[in-house]
Amino acid sequence: MEPLLSVDHIDYAYHTLDGETKALDHLSFQVHFNEFLGIIGPSGCGKTTLLSLIFGLLTPEAGRIKIHKALSRNHKMPIGYMLQKDHLLEWRTVYQNVTLGLEINHQMTPGYIKPVEQMLRDYGLDAFKHVRPSQLSGGMRQRAALIRTLAMKPNLLLLDEPFSALDYQTRLNVAEDVYKILRRKHKSAILVTHDISEAISFCDRVIVLSGRPSRVKAQVPIRLSLEEKTPLKARSAKEFKDYFNQLWGELNG
Amino acid sequence: MTHYRQRRRFVRCVQILTAVLFFGLWEATTRLHILDAFIFSSPSRVLATFIDMARDGTVFYHIGVTLYETLLSFVIVLILGTGIAVILWWNRKAAAICEPYLVVLNSLPKTALAPILIVWLGNNMKTIIVCAVSLAIFNTVIHLYTCFSETDGDKLLLIRTLGGGKKEILSKVILPGSIPSLISNMKANIGLCLVGVIIGEFLAANAGIGYLIIYGSQVFKLSWVIMSIVLLCFIAVGLYALIGLLEKIYQKRL
Ligand SMILES: Nc1ncnc2c1ncn2[C@@H]1O[C@H](COP(=O)(O)OP(=O)(O)OP(=O)(O)O)[C@@H](O)[C@H]1O
Ligand SMILES: [Mg+2]
Repeated sequence: MEPLLSVDHIDYAYHTLDGETKALDHLSFQVHFNEFLGIIGPSGCGKTTLLSLIFGLLTPEAGRIKIHKALSRNHKMPIGYMLQKDHLLEWRTVYQNVTLGLEINHQMTPGYIKPVEQMLRDYGLDAFKHVRPSQLSGGMRQRAALIRTLAMKPNLLLLDEPFSALDYQTRLNVAEDVYKILRRKHKSAILVTHDISEAISFCDRVIVLSGRPSRVKAQVPIRLSLEEKTPLKARSAKEFKDYFNQLWGELNG
Repeated sequence: MTHYRQRRRFVRCVQILTAVLFFGLWEATTRLHILDAFIFSSPSRVLATFIDMARDGTVFYHIGVTLYETLLSFVIVLILGTGIAVILWWNRKAAAICEPYLVVLNSLPKTALAPILIVWLGNNMKTIIVCAVSLAIFNTVIHLYTCFSETDGDKLLLIRTLGGGKKEILSKVILPGSIPSLISNMKANIGLCLVGVIIGEFLAANAGIGYLIIYGSQVFKLSWVIMSIVLLCFIAVGLYALIGLLEKIYQKRL
């Protein structure tokens, strides 16, 4: 089957007054339908740049990025992008925050609003609809940010270290929640993270990027002997440690 | 808690006492001819003047004129200042070009412009309004433009990740996020506009508190002058309180 997303030999460099910073070098990979792809790599290697390119905020200098036709056809926002911090706007209520994308895209129609209200109920935010974001806990804020992204019904989600601003315990719980939500909705995702354990527990396949300029150094499919994988259960799978060592080796080798 | 309340009551008492003492001394010294009541007037004379002018309504007419001019120039500064700041934010090149001019105009003592304005615009309300607007507008533009430019870059990125462009960045993040800054700016502006209006009225008016002050001093009716100054105090406090009220309403909505 044709992949959902294919990134073909893309190059990207930042041009500043001091000169050129080459970020990506002939980078290629693919994401398949219903796949969660993890991307790990050294700090500053170009992971955020890569997501910006896929989303279309930046244009590659060479190579191309192809999205499956089924996605781009009559769909305003086939890709959803979730940033590291939730960036909920304090002057808006939680409800106004989660519908911000719909407002921007002129999609405040029942077809979009109803699923948002359902998500608010499902993810325990219904009672907080009309309060300000500052009254939410870190985990709730991140869930609100997820609803805001999912409101536009994207098929592929780009997650740029979405849990790194949370404390450890919340982080595990939110990762678990997000994982289940995305699976239930049959989404695909690219998760950028610094955390090897998080990549193994969340993803079906992990790509390791080299240092700048980045290219794909290794691709590791994650196969855990579990009946039903969730991030928390994955951490106790017996293969977990081997994958950790393998990825650690790739990152530092 | 009671300690705190006691202290507050003490402060308030001393404040009232100071005022009573001040006006009492003033009244007494003029009655006893220690101070010349012709030059220094006296509280009772000021009050009598006020009652006199209130009876035929002239004082309210002058207050009304000054208030009208102040509020009108304030609204013009608000709309024009925000508009120009938005244009500069939208067009960075224009901002870069305008920057040195804005800085110079902002640091220029605007009262120096007043005589020219009279020549250009005539001896009328237009001059007064332009005078007041010129006093506050440059600072407003610079302040708001800086505030717009300093908006958290990640918030701009957020709008882009939700499919919005520059227009949405402006309407969903920049403008609503700048409201607190705008309100603090308004607090300064209302005072500046009042100053501008009084300066304008000194030079080019036949009505308003500034006119009363100038006219009163020319015909040596010091009671008029002092009454006008006292009225100005009330107007200034009232206008400031009005903006404070707006701020409260905004914060309650949050
Ligand atoms: N706007 C920019 N202008 C110039 N250089 C930039 C810009 N954005 C990023 N870079 C540089 O490009 C490189 C890749 O940046 P990027 O943010 O994509 O890395 P990253 O892998 O996401 O880093 P991190 O792990 O810290 O999140 C970095 O060296 C960074 O300094
Ligand atoms: Mg990054």
